[in-house]
Amino acid sequence: MTIISRGFAGRRSEAEAKLPPGQYLTTDFPVLSAGPTPHISPDRWEFTIDDGSNVLKRWDWKSFRQLPTDNITVDLHCVTRWSKLGTSWQGVSLDVLLAGVKTDLLYAMFRSYGDYTTNLPLKDIVNNQAWIAFNYDGVDLEPEHGGPARLLVPHLYLWKSAKWVRGMTLMQQDKPGFWENLGYHIYGDPWKEQRYSEE
Amino acid sequence: MNASMNYLDGNAAAGELSRIFAVDLTSAEGQCANCGAKGRFAEAHLYMKCPGMVARCALCGHALLRLVNAGERLLLDLRGMNYLALVPSELQDSGR
Amino acid sequence: MHDETPTARTLALAVDDWPGHVAGQHVDVRLTAADGYSAVRSYSIASAPSSDDRVEITVERLPNGEVSPYLTQQVAVGDELELRGPIGGWFIWRPGQAMPIQLVAGGSGIVPLMAMIRSHVSAGDKAQFRLLYSVREPGAVFYRDELGALSKQGDSLVVTYAYTRLTPPDWPRPAGRIDRELLANSLWPSTLQPSSYVCGPTAFVEYATDLMIANGHDRERIRTERFGATGERK
Repeated sequence: MTIISRGFAGRRSEAEAKLPPGQYLTTDFPVLSAGPTPHISPDRWEFTIDDGSNVLKRWDWKSFRQLPTDNITVDLHCVTRWSKLGTSWQGVSLDVLLAGVKTDLLYAMFRSYGDYTTNLPLKDIVNNQAWIAFNYDGVDLEPEHGGPARLLVPHLYLWKSAKWVRGMTLMQQDKPGFWENLGYHIYGDPWKEQRYSEE
Repeated sequence: MNASMNYLDGNAAAGELSRIFAVDLTSAEGQCANCGAKGRFAEAHLYMKCPGMVARCALCGHALLRLVNAGERLLLDLRGMNYLALVPSELQDSGR
Repeated sequence: MHDETPTARTLALAVDDWPGHVAGQHVDVRLTAADGYSAVRSYSIASAPSSDDRVEITVERLPNGEVSPYLTQQVAVGDELELRGPIGGWFIWRPGQAMPIQLVAGGSGIVPLMAMIRSHVSAGDKAQFRLLYSVREPGAVFYRDELGALSKQGDSLVVTYAYTRLTPPDWPRPAGRIDRELLANSLWPSTLQPSSYVCGPTAFVEYATDLMIANGHDRERIRTERFGATGERK
């Protein structure tokens, strides 16, 4: 039996903006994590693209930071129901990272420092839909928010924007990552409210 | 191992686990399937601020248990432990 | 309701058909806004087990808290709260266990330990308790008068305060974190094989537990409960 708590509103604020179904607007930036915050120094960081057998591309921090970047302002929608609008990031587009990668494979599993993984169709991370972001709101991305670099895929729920990203493995078929294999939706479109996998 | 100390422990999982288990599991001894360490579930490092709940081995960080409240279903992954050992005569009811 | 400190309040809750609890257990409180948004937090039960349907929790208001400001400033007598509990089977103390008991509290970690002390008193239990209570400053102490009164009644409870930021005037120990020496002086010798309970923010619990093990206490006999980075659970 749910008791409505008189006068309780939580940390949210009123919103005129259009939000995906079931979401609430927040003005702070909640930190959600499934494990300890990794602390990766720039001299240790790398990002690799592999196809399960061979490494196709690799960048260390220095070579990664020499790539062209985009400044973007996007809305974030977390499956735990908070949304944060108009967030500013700087990052390298997946279009830049995948340039020159020839593949028939259609899916990718992104891997993070720690044990987190999340899967995405390649068609959802090309054409200006995804970045490896290293700067938030004008400053270096803090470790608790995924720094030194995180994946950012704003058109899907935020669990797909893997923090502490370290690489992507191209796959023939879509396979569920860390949360997708325990009840979360394999795709995760917030506008269709695809929070959980069907039975 | 975790400098930010942003974790709770297995005691904090008891409320959520009471939705599934009739007895309290925090005093159960478990063995990590990754490193073999044995310990009380109450001592596991618990991460609850995420789209689910993850209990990790205090020694090696391996995910011992994961629990997701997926709308109408609760999903539980216990693969991270070789076993949980309970002593029935010592158990508490899990609470309503 | 009554305030323990400027930022902490004890709430007495009347719970229909409360099954009774054991000292150390907690309840999960869920607050639900009119639009269905909800938040859940765990709070240790502060009161001793008793035969009535009354449960007390002490809530500290956290600066960026979502639930604690509501519970410490908005809740009024007569309001209803949604509870789940009692919860917990490891971090508990029941009367009748023979060995000496030592309690180490960091900040709001005193709450479940106070339930143990109160349970000890109401049961007339014979075990000997020692409490080391670490707080930032004198104004942050919960239950000061009650702890003072209890520690004057014989030697069944000995209380040592440790102040980390600000001490009372003429305090013998300068402000600072607890250390091995303070633990050795305020707790039982490890040779007595006491049962230990350590509770507070996660960093405090890890630090205090490491110190106790360095002092020779058996890890198996130390039970811990961590309240998270800021002392907030969840």
